[in-house]
Amino acid sequence: MIQIKAYKMLHTAEGELPLDISLTIEKGQFVSIYGNSGAGKTTILRILAGLTRAENGYIKVGNEIWDDSQKKFHLPVQKRSIGFVFQDFALFPNLTVKENLKFALSKNESDEMVAELIELMELQSLQDNKPHQLSGGQKQRVALARAIVRKPEILLLDEPLSALDDEMRFKLQDYILKIHQKYQLTTFMISHVIAEIFKLSDKVIVLEKGKIAKEGTPNSVFAGQKLSSKFQLTGEIISIAKSDILYIIQVSSGNNIIKVTALEEEAKDFKIGQKVLLASKAFNPIIQIL
Amino acid sequence: MINLEPLWLTAKLALITTIILFIVAIPLCYWLSYTRFRFKAAIEALISLPLVLPPSVLGFYLLIAFSPENAFGKFLSDYFDLRLVFTFQGLIVASVLYSLPFMVNPILSGLKNLPVALQEASFTLGKSRLTTLTKILLPNIRTSILTGIIMTFAHTIGEFGVVLMVGGSIPEETKVVSIAIYEEVESMNYQNANIYAGILFLFSFSVLLAVHLINNKTRNTTVY
Repeated sequence: MIQIKAYKMLHTAEGELPLDISLTIEKGQFVSIYGNSGAGKTTILRILAGLTRAENGYIKVGNEIWDDSQKKFHLPVQKRSIGFVFQDFALFPNLTVKENLKFALSKNESDEMVAELIELMELQSLQDNKPHQLSGGQKQRVALARAIVRKPEILLLDEPLSALDDEMRFKLQDYILKIHQKYQLTTFMISHVIAEIFKLSDKVIVLEKGKIAKEGTPNSVFAGQKLSSKFQLTGEIISIAKSDILYIIQVSSGNNIIKVTALEEEAKDFKIGQKVLLASKAFNPIIQIL
Repeated sequence: MINLEPLWLTAKLALITTIILFIVAIPLCYWLSYTRFRFKAAIEALISLPLVLPPSVLGFYLLIAFSPENAFGKFLSDYFDLRLVFTFQGLIVASVLYSLPFMVNPILSGLKNLPVALQEASFTLGKSRLTTLTKILLPNIRTSILTGIIMTFAHTIGEFGVVLMVGGSIPEETKVVSIAIYEEVESMNYQNANIYAGILFLFSFSVLLAVHLINNKTRNTTVY
């Protein structure tokens, strides 16, 4: 079990904002953190990693205390069992892919794990390349593999997929899931993409202005529990067109574009770019603003 | 024919100065690039001071400080039997101070330009500050370091004012090439002055050419 309590004043573009959270996570969970930029998502990961110190904080992972500001205790980042994937990958430009992974080994440790990860992440043909020779998706795979070399308990992913196109994104989601399960990690991922959160996470935390606004399963958080549908998916409105008495709403969800009809009074509330939930109860599809 | 001694002395001075500055500059720059020390700006300004201060001003202050008549000079002479006025050792100390910005500025700007995440990534992989510095940070600012080394070496060779004030012109002790040229001109030996000057001119040009060739390849350092 992981317990996190943290208070820290954030200096954002819109002025000062107190980050004040309290969380309990089960071991092995995949947790997504969702929220607007500047809500304090990255700071939570950094506090957990020990890269940023909370003014007031308490972190306990299993039986180990990582932070206890009352006792002025702070476990240095080097001693925490974490893997961190940075938003811009932070691969070491002077080292090849294989050397980047090997750098994470401790002294005299055999490089079995490096070989295993190179195979698992399908990096064989890239292992002697330098980071600048790699595409965004390849860099991401290397960063992910490097974060796992030390077999951490907790994997922290700071918007790992935001710079990638859809196809790459789906592939990498699978890699992340594979690694999460294989190495029995507890994973924290920052994401803006609801579809991704549904696919990957057990638990989602919605952060608004430094506070936890909602937490729970992706279904309960994003859909509300009032619907009992046969199927439901989330997407974004990409066009609204009038056709006779009906409106045709096009919703992009994952790789698909779905057309849904709506009545005029429904359609007037919809805007292009809005995140919506599509659900179908037997015959009758429902479209609802999130 | 010219005396080769000043050439040798100049090279020796430049080499020793560069080595000392390299050893001093790495920890200094590391500290400056990550510290939030309140008087950081003042220290940075102090380091850059030799860039704008007339060399004779720096030389004058050093001469006063090193003089055995005064506290610091007396302390050195009483406790370490070290005299820094009109000696080669004095020239080294003066050169180290005078060339400090030429080593520090490129390395510092190199370190500041590195993404912070590189250092943090290394920490999350369990590596200490020292390992991170030697295995990650320094290898990634190779060109800045190289620029610093070349510029320091070249700048030390070109010193005149400071050397004249602190070292004077003692053959085989403090008479470096730039001083030798001055003396040859004073005694109307234009031909010898010409040879010395030509050597320095060619040397300086090749050094700058090298620096710009290196920088055009990478473009991540400011030279001056």
